[in-house]
Amino acid sequence: MLSGNEAVALAALDFGVALGTGYPGTPSTEILEYLSAHGGRAQWAPNEKVALEVGLGVAMAGAAVLVTMKHVGLNVAADPLFTAAYTGTSGSLVIVSADDPGMASSQNEQDNRRFAVAAAVPMLEPADAQESYDFTLLALELSARWHLPFILRTTTRVCHSKTVVYLLPRERNVLVPHFEHDIRSRVMIPSNARPAHRRLRQKLAELTQWNEESGPNELVAGQSRLGIVTSGVNFMHVREAAPDASVLKLGLTYPLPLEKIRRFATSVDRCLVIEEGDPYLVEQLRTAGIAVEGKPEMYRFGELNVTRVRRILVGDTSPEPAALPGKPPTLCQGCPHRIVFGVLKKLDCIVAGDIGCYSLGALPPWEAMDSLVCMGASIGMGLGLRHALPADEARRVVSVIGDSTFVHSGIPGLVEMAYNPPPGGHVVLILDNGTTAMTGLQEHPGTGRTLDHAATGKIVFEDLIRSLGIPNVTVIDPVAAPERFEQILVESLASDALSVIITRRTCLLAAGKIRQYEQSNV
Amino acid sequence: MSNRVVNIVVAGLGGQGVLKASDILTEAAFAAGWDVKKADVHGMSQRGGSVRSDVRFGPRVFSPMVTAGEADFLVVLAEDQVEPHRDVLRPGGTLLMPDRIAADRLPNRRSINVALLGVLSRGLAIAPEFWQAAIRNNFRENLHGDNLHAFQIGREMA
Ligand SMILES: Cc1ncc(C[n+]2csc(CCOP(=O)(O)OP(=O)(O)O)c2C)c(N)n1
Ligand code: SF4
Repeated sequence: MLSGNEAVALAALDFGVALGTGYPGTPSTEILEYLSAHGGRAQWAPNEKVALEVGLGVAMAGAAVLVTMKHVGLNVAADPLFTAAYTGTSGSLVIVSADDPGMASSQNEQDNRRFAVAAAVPMLEPADAQESYDFTLLALELSARWHLPFILRTTTRVCHSKTVVYLLPRERNVLVPHFEHDIRSRVMIPSNARPAHRRLRQKLAELTQWNEESGPNELVAGQSRLGIVTSGVNFMHVREAAPDASVLKLGLTYPLPLEKIRRFATSVDRCLVIEEGDPYLVEQLRTAGIAVEGKPEMYRFGELNVTRVRRILVGDTSPEPAALPGKPPTLCQGCPHRIVFGVLKKLDCIVAGDIGCYSLGALPPWEAMDSLVCMGASIGMGLGLRHALPADEARRVVSVIGDSTFVHSGIPGLVEMAYNPPPGGHVVLILDNGTTAMTGLQEHPGTGRTLDHAATGKIVFEDLIRSLGIPNVTVIDPVAAPERFEQILVESLASDALSVIITRRTCLLAAGKIRQYEQSNV
Repeated sequence: MSNRVVNIVVAGLGGQGVLKASDILTEAAFAAGWDVKKADVHGMSQRGGSVRSDVRFGPRVFSPMVTAGEADFLVVLAEDQVEPHRDVLRPGGTLLMPDRIAADRLPNRRSINVALLGVLSRGLAIAPEFWQAAIRNNFRENLHGDNLHAFQIGREMA
């Protein structure tokens, strides 16, 4: 029995990837942890863009690599992604994009199937842990065969559901990395990129043909009255909600096997598409002139389940019973973030916030965070507020960002602050709890330990920030000296200069583990 | 019950051992020869939020999630988590709560999750040896005694 995430990691190991890299993010995080725990080489990158670039380098060297991230991570990695499709790969490059329909723990429910089309990167969608294993292997193989990066798009239910998995006894690939100059394929100046784009479309046309004939798409023969086209975990809901229907389950969902789908659609009286999130399949099929029925708009929101599929089958658009709220999470008793938000509330600050455990400062009893958009946004948005608000309000603006988030994408924001300082200055709080707490206590470049907690180089925030020319940089333990912290914040807000206050106190949940790592690392 | 899928939901708060309990159940059902699927929701459970784990087993299981109104058993580890999850039970389904267990008889109060599995085990077609093996596989050795004992107490109280 394996979760989808564990199955992806095992497949990567069984294929013989040289490296797994990524940035933590629910529901993808466990893949690299599992890979590392089972003897693979895995490392956290500072963010998803860097992870993908490292991956692209590994693949350029002719080796196999797995790059993991949550759905919004692909936004960060989008820049290399789009052009990696042009350069292609020498070895294998598979990017895991773990989507979160229903937002179990994310800031949006974007549907990354759109990315596959936009970037022209082929995409596979497993339905359970067995397919997570099979499709990871397949994606690594296809990537090597077509010299293209592949996206493995999983969803929360696939990542975190355990199902029975049969492993394939296979020889691990022994890819011998080596370098061959190939400037025309890899240096994307316009004169090289133009033919590269044509090559890419040619490869996709060949892959489409392969997908039509031998792609990982499954036909479940059933009654001809109702045919359902579906993919991913939705296939499971469909099999239960409509056990007698004919079902075409798509595995390689970009580029689509349109002719196969067309034949299926004409073989049934009614052809319905069951998909979670955006109407991606419906739009693609209709554009190709295939007559299919989609779901009512209300089912775009949230994840699907057997009940909702039953409702879609009969066109039921009556209001759904509201899910009773579970107990909302809150900051742990004794969490250092509590002190910080107590003070921010007391001083009635306008808080440009960010993502991490500390986002819970937006909920009662603090309600002391005024924005949360994406990782790193706190600094830029805080600066924008400072630029635009009248002076008395601008003076109350503070940007609040966690340590892992600061390394991920906060540093360019600080560079902006040093370069374009607002007239009344600005104050940035870095809540340094020595870990990536939100996603389950992962290491990052500021902790001085690698993914498997071994000692490595450590980014010293205060040194880095001073080197940018920001005049006031203070480090303070908010638990040991709450009054002093408040006083420093008050003084910084009153000043027209730029200030960064680093509140340094280890996350309560991580403290014991960190002590152990430190002892075993000396 | 042997030919249909058995649906169980385990619910509680972060830190109460919901996932541990459902892991043990899943493993025992698998060892007993069933197809099994398990789906966890634990968005921010580390911070004390709600945790729910669905386990389904039978000859062939498709969806990993238990459909509302179709659970045969709802095992709840925190009293205040009953209401948010009550609608998963089918008519006539069984609700199991900590009050089924005389907590003072447990070797360790933390093993209430395993004791409730003991109660649950009476209603499932999974032999005790599969449960015991699964318990051993899911705890460090020094915790085997307490948890096997807790399981037995639950079984007797059923
Ligand atoms: C682009 C992107 N990648 C990953 C995530 C998932 N994620 C949200 S916050 C966070 C880091 C939190 O760590 P930190 O800033 O140190 O705050 P803490 O939770 O420790 O308080 C991560 C990895 C995300 N939301 N967006
Ligand atoms: S896990 Fe750590 S950072 Fe998160 S709320 Fe608990 S103590 Fe605070």
